[in-house]
Amino acid sequence: MQRFEAAVILMKTNSKEYNVLFPDRFIEDDFTSQKLCLPFDDLVINFLNSLSKALFNDISVKNYPDVATFAFFCRKSNITSLKDKYLNNDEFKIGRGIVFHITPSNVPVNFAYSLVSGLLAGNANIIRIPSKQFEQINIIINALNSLKKILLFKEILNKIVLVGYDKKSIATDYFSSLCDVRVIWGGDETINTIRKSSIKPKSFDITFSNRYSFTVINADEYVKEKNIKKIAIDFFNDTYLFDQNACSSPHLIIWLGVESNVIKSKNIFWSELNLILNNNYELSDIIAIDKLTNFYMQSIDQNFLKRNNPLNNKLWRIELKELTSKIELYKCAGGYFSEYHAENLKAIDYIINTKYQTMSYYGLTNDQINNFLFDIKPKGVDRIVPIGKTTDFSIIWDGFNLINSLSRIITVS
Amino acid sequence: MKLPDLLELNPYELNYLNKKNILNSILFDLTRFHYNNCKEYRQILNAIEFNVKIECEYKTLPYLPVRLFKNLELKSIKFDDIIKTMTSSGTSGQTVSKIFLDKETAGNQTKVLTSIVSSFIGKKRMPMLIIDSETTIRNRNLFSARGAGIIGFSLFGSKKCFALDEKMNLNIDLVENFIKDNKNEKILIFGFTYMVWQHLYKELIKNNLKLNLENSILIHGGGWKKLNHENISNNIFKEKLLEQAGIINIHDYYGMVEQTGSIFFECENGFLHSSIYSDIIIRRGFDFSEAFIGEKGIIQVLSILPKSYPGHSILTEDEGMVIGIDDCKCGRMGKYFKIFGRLTNAEIRGCSDTYENKQ
Repeated sequence: MQRFEAAVILMKTNSKEYNVLFPDRFIEDDFTSQKLCLPFDDLVINFLNSLSKALFNDISVKNYPDVATFAFFCRKSNITSLKDKYLNNDEFKIGRGIVFHITPSNVPVNFAYSLVSGLLAGNANIIRIPSKQFEQINIIINALNSLKKILLFKEILNKIVLVGYDKKSIATDYFSSLCDVRVIWGGDETINTIRKSSIKPKSFDITFSNRYSFTVINADEYVKEKNIKKIAIDFFNDTYLFDQNACSSPHLIIWLGVESNVIKSKNIFWSELNLILNNNYELSDIIAIDKLTNFYMQSIDQNFLKRNNPLNNKLWRIELKELTSKIELYKCAGGYFSEYHAENLKAIDYIINTKYQTMSYYGLTNDQINNFLFDIKPKGVDRIVPIGKTTDFSIIWDGFNLINSLSRIITVS
Repeated sequence: MKLPDLLELNPYELNYLNKKNILNSILFDLTRFHYNNCKEYRQILNAIEFNVKIECEYKTLPYLPVRLFKNLELKSIKFDDIIKTMTSSGTSGQTVSKIFLDKETAGNQTKVLTSIVSSFIGKKRMPMLIIDSETTIRNRNLFSARGAGIIGFSLFGSKKCFALDEKMNLNIDLVENFIKDNKNEKILIFGFTYMVWQHLYKELIKNNLKLNLENSILIHGGGWKKLNHENISNNIFKEKLLEQAGIINIHDYYGMVEQTGSIFFECENGFLHSSIYSDIIIRRGFDFSEAFIGEKGIIQVLSILPKSYPGHSILTEDEGMVIGIDDCKCGRMGKYFKIFGRLTNAEIRGCSDTYENKQ
């Protein structure tokens, strides 16, 4: 506790340890004395709708599909439908107070979704944004600034503080000491580091640790697909768009269906992907070496595998004749896929552990998915989405309903 | 021709074609040897369906990424035959390569190093000024790359003087006396590139001192990673050391703990040369095909020395470029090349931050 208290005292008087990117300064007493909101407060919904409009008015947004997707998410109609879906009117819910968000340094817009979740749940938010320069962040900050002129929104804008600081700064200690909930994105290493800064006894962490994701393709359906190009683009967006390094990016492809269809589907699927890769993906030399290293490590540990001779180093496919639960250890970013032909979904249940996050699919019926869940009762897998939807943000993430986790219930009897 | 025959030759006298024929057979034999004696190596070759029964040119042999020596303990000898374990010079917290040597491989490393270095500086031993501290070599059980370098090059020294104390401070009086005592002899100066820059050159500047080391030869290696960060090129390095210490004769070398002995020495024209014991191949990151002369790429190093561990063909994480073959103005045969330092970690996207901290 010594370190913690020392940091608090130091930081109260010294703000050199961090930069405030929005608004222009941070005054602890003002920030901590704000009123709470109820979840899905009308003013917040209107505010987000205006933010959405402000973003769409910025012509540069069209160059950043991730910002456009975010702006689309913030529309009133979307938020209202979320409200209908997730808000139970029988309970009295209220924000928890101050949420401190530590967002990943490599995904430019993630911080904005985290912020929206915090606001919608009724909280004031301190967000540590990536130290790297991203134009997307500037665009969003400009949009926030443009809303300052609307007096009505002052109350909401007061609940937003964006800060930037070096990893080594004691600012983490300071902001941790103020918060009621800490949301940590960015994986295991970040979580372990951030947890060295203590939070108040009643406060808690919501953590997004390293995850493993996979794809299931039903070849019997895929061979009938007319729009193979769209599927390839969707898959590209799930993987290469984030260097196959997003937690929801698949590293393992499970093929279902009769052998002849699987062989045919593989040919079509991967050649379509290669066509996209030719012009849309830059491979760095070090990633090529990463793949070779990973493949050699994998072949020492796992028997019965074979590398499909790659056209080039952008796409590596490792064919598994045997699937073991160690498969998650051999993931590699930048276009490295292990493939396995399984008899059915039940046949892969033994590999699924708590690390498994997103199962994306093609050609599965709702019944097949439901049967999979009821039969296997998987230890892992937090979401099942069609190919192309793995990076879509949802209020429910890694099994947490963010609105519920960031608010509390007052019971009255 | 085998290694003992090669040791009879000047290390740069074979032209590329002749050398290629000799290396083809030795390197293929080594591949087969390691296949039969190192389980992990065999599993890797099986996975890529490499056939050890069909002899092939060394440019088509498999190459192990250098990181494998950090992740695994690879060896082709029995535990009892290990006489030394060498480690790379990683800073604390980093995983280091572990290289296992038996008597034969360790002996050959010394012989080949002697052959290469003496072809540049002659066979006569010289007074040797080491830009390091004696503590670096004190722990003989675990050989760090720096320690191994000092011990390896000590073969060429008659009497030795360590220029730095245990706190890595330059002992100026000691150095000046050493120069004075040996003013009639040529002095061999040896140190890691960064140590020479940081603890010799910068200390001289700081204390406003100049040395007269006109009659000397400086050999340095270990890489340019830190100096590149300070924007110090090889030319600036040479210029400044001439200015401050009077050293005219300076040779860099490219080597690594995974292939100790068969180092690549810098000639008078500033190019690194492969000897008859080794070669380099520049590969394209795009598909690992061989790059053209004059095209930058990933450096693969081949050496006929590694027998106790499967390190005869390694894909480094360094970037380089072949300048030419058999036609360097210095007259040495074989490939000559330049290196541009360590490949940088790409800023990859994704929610995991792990790459930020990777070295």
